[in-house]
Order: sequence, then structure tokens, then C-alpha cells
Amino acid sequence: MAKENKISDKKYVVRVCLGTGCISGGSLNVYEALKRNGESSGLKNVIIDFTGCHGFCQRGPIVDIEPGGIFYSEVKEEDVTDIVQQHLKKGKFVDRLFYRHPSTGETIPCSRDIPFYSRQQRIILRNCGHINPENIGDYLAVGGYESLKKVLSEMTPEQVISEISSSVLRGRGGAGFVTGLKWEFCHREPGKEKYIICNADEGDPGAFMDRSILEADPHSVLEGMVIGAYAIGANQGYIYCRAEYPLALERLRIALRQMEEHGLLGNDILGSGFNFHIKIKEGAGAFVCGEETALIASIEGKRGMPRTRPPFPAISGLWGKPTIINNVKTLASVPVIIAKGSNWYSGIGTEKSKGTVVFALTGKIANSGLVEVPMGIELRELIYEIGGGISGGRKFKAAQTGGPSGGCLPASMLNLSIDYESLTAAGSIMGSGGMIVMDEDTCMVDIARYFLIFTQAESCGKCVPCRVGTRQMLIILERITKGDGVPGDVELLERLANTVKLGSLCGLGQTAPNPVLTTIRYFRSEYEEHINNKRCPALVCKELISFYILPEKCKGCGICFKNCPVGAISGGKKLIHVIDHEKCIKCGTCLDVCPKRFSAVVKVSGEKIKVPERPIPVGK
Amino acid sequence: MGEEQKIKGNVHSQLVEIFNEYKGEKGAVISILQKAQDKLGYLSQEVISEIAKFSRMSETEVFGVASFYAQFRFTRCGDHVIRVCLGTACHVRGGERILDEVKRELGIEPGGTTENYKFSLERIACFGCCALAPVMVVDKNVHTKMNLSKVRDVMKRYQGGKGE
Repeated sequence: MAKENKISDKKYVVRVCLGTGCISGGSLNVYEALKRNGESSGLKNVIIDFTGCHGFCQRGPIVDIEPGGIFYSEVKEEDVTDIVQQHLKKGKFVDRLFYRHPSTGETIPCSRDIPFYSRQQRIILRNCGHINPENIGDYLAVGGYESLKKVLSEMTPEQVISEISSSVLRGRGGAGFVTGLKWEFCHREPGKEKYIICNADEGDPGAFMDRSILEADPHSVLEGMVIGAYAIGANQGYIYCRAEYPLALERLRIALRQMEEHGLLGNDILGSGFNFHIKIKEGAGAFVCGEETALIASIEGKRGMPRTRPPFPAISGLWGKPTIINNVKTLASVPVIIAKGSNWYSGIGTEKSKGTVVFALTGKIANSGLVEVPMGIELRELIYEIGGGISGGRKFKAAQTGGPSGGCLPASMLNLSIDYESLTAAGSIMGSGGMIVMDEDTCMVDIARYFLIFTQAESCGKCVPCRVGTRQMLIILERITKGDGVPGDVELLERLANTVKLGSLCGLGQTAPNPVLTTIRYFRSEYEEHINNKRCPALVCKELISFYILPEKCKGCGICFKNCPVGAISGGKKLIHVIDHEKCIKCGTCLDVCPKRFSAVVKVSGEKIKVPERPIPVGK
Repeated sequence: MGEEQKIKGNVHSQLVEIFNEYKGEKGAVISILQKAQDKLGYLSQEVISEIAKFSRMSETEVFGVASFYAQFRFTRCGDHVIRVCLGTACHVRGGERILDEVKRELGIEPGGTTENYKFSLERIACFGCCALAPVMVVDKNVHTKMNLSKVRDVMKRYQGGKGE
């Protein structure tokens, strides 16, 4: 106990975000510098600590100072001296590190006043960014493991299941099955040997919700898992987490050790007589293992291939025993529901989709990051109010949810309510929580191709329609993006897509065509432009674009000439430069480097611009 | 022959510790493969054969499991591993251009290793710092908000004295 910091006696608590996003931006250096600088300046009554992801990755590295919830963003190592000397020594804020509202320009000192945060409702992410994920004391101080205590001392497994059932919590992995019902199926099964698995095999490209939660607040997931185990009667649990998440794995291991030390895991938990153990299994990189039966096969040490259901894992799962598999976010919701009651939880959200949903909001959005909103929020509010709109003042084109299994929602659907039913009706899915925003510079055919590259590579190969169908669809999409598309390709894609959907055993194949089908449904004209006019309207597809140097604008400065990696530009001092289209690899370097005041390089599709054949003197 | 025996003995002694850890645990073959790769860099035929013996599986079965998962490598990889992120956020912000440039600089495709074993190239799907897209990771260093000239700078730094 002596080592646990009592916040009340301290003047300031400084918390540096050490989530993957902020670390990539250099927050480890900021943290070390704060510690060094704080020590050398003889700071007393100040705790320098760290947290997991705050969510506002766009503005990282983030430093948060209590009291007052002062929020410093984009902090660099050089800023540390000012934070120590001004804020921590003199109590003067370092205004230049405050968040600045992009449209009004007003500075906002506290995180709770920043629109990105103020419009969120954080239940699953309740502790993320507020506690040290490697210190169980922090979690206990915010009421952690109180729900577990309550469950073990006051509730029967049936009561726990009934509470979770009446909250109408639905699985946050994507499919949205009612968690309480799933637990009940497993609970009812006879036999002593049962398992609970936490699915942390987050494989969607562009999604990092589960990872951030495990990095920022592993104990809430683990508490939910022990409660779940008690409810279904399991004595052994597994966490199946991607090996690509080293920090999440490290923090999980620390958390498990601390739980054991506190009697929260192992034999006779909290004196209740209930035994439960958890093992970590590292996923070895197979997207299909997010599917329940494939995940089970992988834990058993086999190739991660799905099998037919029924029997469902709740009846016959790991080693043929009743098994429950819950997503990270589902489990993190459980302790809150127990603490605050199912009535409170089911009061949030829509009629059929209760509670909140976490999104990793990324792409061409001003505020990339992790957000949590109540179900039923409008897409528009999420993108414009919380996300701050499209970056660089461009126009919104589409929002993609559900990763490779989901679809693209066009601008006409900005007023769509975000819940399981509405997203499915729109041809997409809720998915695990990736939301990628696209602007007018994104080619929708290219996006469909991109997702198909992913799914056809990840298809386990068991079902022919998935294995061969996705491959054929990819070949057609590649041909369209290369300008070799033929009339009838779109119809052929649709037919193949429906075959793959119908003829596949698991969610991967059943949903892999979604990105293709929704882009056809909402952006058919883009496909037609590629096929009929050999034009890519978004200027993305390499084979369909060309770069030109406009003779009337080129000043012969030579920058593009020097930077072209393949020597495709000819010219010289005061000579108008010319691109050799045979040599050009369309990397776009010339466009990037041409000084803004000249803007002589243009990218076009489907048109030819008349330029000199070889360099001529400027001004002629 | 003698040489071959030596290699086998060598491999076995390096794996013994891992085997002891998993003795009697069912379904541990993936964990063993992971630890073996961590220790030895990649899974050679000798390693697969030793693991098969320990797990009472055939070599084909072990290889079947290993080859299913993207994490496992069966050939020696380069001193530096370059991972270009092509998660969706990186893709829409130009990740493919970054990958093309690295491919061109090294003259290898993703999954390949340069002839001098200096670099290996991989494409990964989401590193999780989407706000900083496009991203590439060299060994453990994350390079963020990449563009083509930054790629060339990074490559030069790692190529060291070679050529440039």
C-alpha cells in the first residue's frame, strides 16, 4: 500500500499518453523528459504518470494535468521545460499547447470542453486515458473490481445472466448477438468443463479499438471476463490477442499478475470458492481467426479454419466443451452494467441497439481517433461534430464501416442512425468499430479492389465460392482499375458477389462482397466511368492517370527534374520541363515537389494536354 | 553427414528450453512455433522437424499449421525489416505509393528479402496509428506521415555506407 500514490496530497498529477498512437508520435520521449526535468528542478508534490490511449490521436502526444483536466496536445520534448517551469512550478498554463478549435480559432484548455470529447458518451472507454493501465491501484481507486465483488458475494450465476440479458447488451465484435442469451445457452449446458474466451484478434485494417482498450484499461476487460466465467461456470479462460499487439500483450500480462496478487484470479477468488484461471494465446496473423470456430481451432493448435454451426460454441466449442467467446468491448461493458444496473444501460441507445459503440474514426477526417457514442447517433454528428469534418476542406464522399465485411455509406446517408439494424439495411454492418472517412480524392472502385485484395488473401480456402470467387472478383476489379474493364463487368461482379455470399460457411465469405456491392449500389457511375471512358474521376487509379507540366506555368526551376526517381523529366535551367510518359511511373513526386507558387504540374485522367515534345526556353 | 548431425543437435539444444515450457500442454504447437521463430529468426526445415517430433505430429502437419498463419517465416530475413502499413486509413492517404517506392528502391516485392540480406519487406494491415497515416515501420521505429521524399531519406539512413 505504501507504494500506491495518494492523489489527494499531491498538487499536480501529470499524465502522459503512452498509447501506440502517441508513442509513435514521440510521447515516450516527452514522458522521460518530464520525469528528468521534474526531478532536476526539485518538483515536490507532483506525480508524473502515464496512461493508455486518450482517443484524440490526431493531436498526440497528449499530456493531461490534474487538477482542472488541463489538456496539452501535440506536445514535443522541447515543450517539457515550459510545462515544468510554468505550469508545475508557477501554476501558469502553457497556452500555446492548448487545443485550438479549427474553425473558430478559440483555445480550449480542458478536454471536457473540446467538441471531440464533449459530445461523446464514454462507458467502455470510461477509464481510458485516466488511469495508469499498469497499476491495479488506479483501477481499484475508480471502483474497479467492485462489480466482481458484488457478483461473487451477492448474486447467483442466474442473476448475473438475467441482469446482462435485461440490459440487452449485444456482442460488440460485429454480429451483435445478445450477450446474456449466449451466456444462458452455455450456462444451461451440463458438464463441469467450460471455457470463456476473450476475442482480441482485432484484424480489420484501420481498426484499433480493442487494442487501445487493452492498452489503456486491461482490468475492466478482465473483470468482465471473470464475471462472465462465473455466470457460465467456466474455470478456465483464454485471451486470444494478436501477436502484432506487443504493448497490449505486455499490459495484459502485468494485469493478470496483479490480479493474482490481489486474489482476483486463481483459486478461491475473494474467498468465494470460485476458481478461475486465464491464459494468453497469441494470434499468429490470420484474419479469419476472428470467426468463433476458426479462433477455437487456432487455440487448439490447428489451422484456423471455420467449421459448420450448429453446434454453436456455446454448446460445443474448445476441445468440444461449451465455450463462450466475447469481444473485448463486450466484456469491458459488463462491470459497468453490474455496477449501474441493466435499467440504466438499456436506457441508452435505440429500441433494439442499446448502449454505446466505440469507433476508430480514421481516414480523411480532421480528428482521427477513438470515439464512443450512444447507439442511434446520426452519422453526420459523428463525422462533423466529433470528427471535425473532412481534413483539408475537401468534400465528404463516403464513410466505410465494418472493415472488409462492411460497406461504404454515401453522403446521401449522412442522416443515417448508427445502430445494428440501420447499418445492415444500408448494406453495411456495424462491425467491430472501424470507420474510415473518404473524400473526393478516394476512388470507390479502388477501395473495393483494396478490400478484395485483403479478403481474398485471408480466405482460408475451405469454401470454393469464397476462395475462388473473391479471387475472380479481384481479377475483374483489377482489370477495371487498369482501364481494361468491359461492359457487363459490373453485372458479373454482382452475380459473383451473391454467389460468394450464399456459398460460404463463415462470416468472412458471407460478407467479403459487401464493399463491392455497396460501392456498386451507391457509386455505380464511378465504375461506369472506369469501364466506358477509361477515366478515374478521383484521379487514383495509376494506369488511368497522367501527369503533365503546363508550359505556361513552368518556370524551369528544375526541382521536379532533380526529384524524379526514374529520370522521366527532361529539362534544364530556364527550360520548360517535359515528362516522358513512357518512363513515368506515376509516383506523383513532381506534383508534390513543384512549388505552390508555380503549381505547374497537373494530374489528369481521360484527357491529353498539349505540351511541347522536348524542353523549350521559358517564355517562348 | 557429420555436418548435418551437428546442425540438428544444435537446433535441438536451442529448442529444449521451449519444449520444457510446453511439456504436456495440449494444442501448444502454435505457441512453440512462435517462440522458436522469436529465438531463431525463422523456421528452418530442421526446426519444423524437431517441433514435429516433440508435438507427435508429422512434419507436414506442423508445416500445414505454420504456413496457414502470416506470422511465420521459412527463410532467413534481412537485418532490417521494413513494414509498410496498408490499413484502410493508410491506403486512403496514399500508403500504396509508399509501398511502391520502397519496392522500387529495394527491387523486391513484399515478403521478399534483398540478396545481401540487408532488408526484408512486408506489407501489414494496420499498425494502429491511423491518425499519423501513412505509416511505415523499420524494425521497431515508426515513421509517420510519410511521403516519397521521406521514404528516400529513411532508406538512405538504413542503407548506411552502401552506395549512396
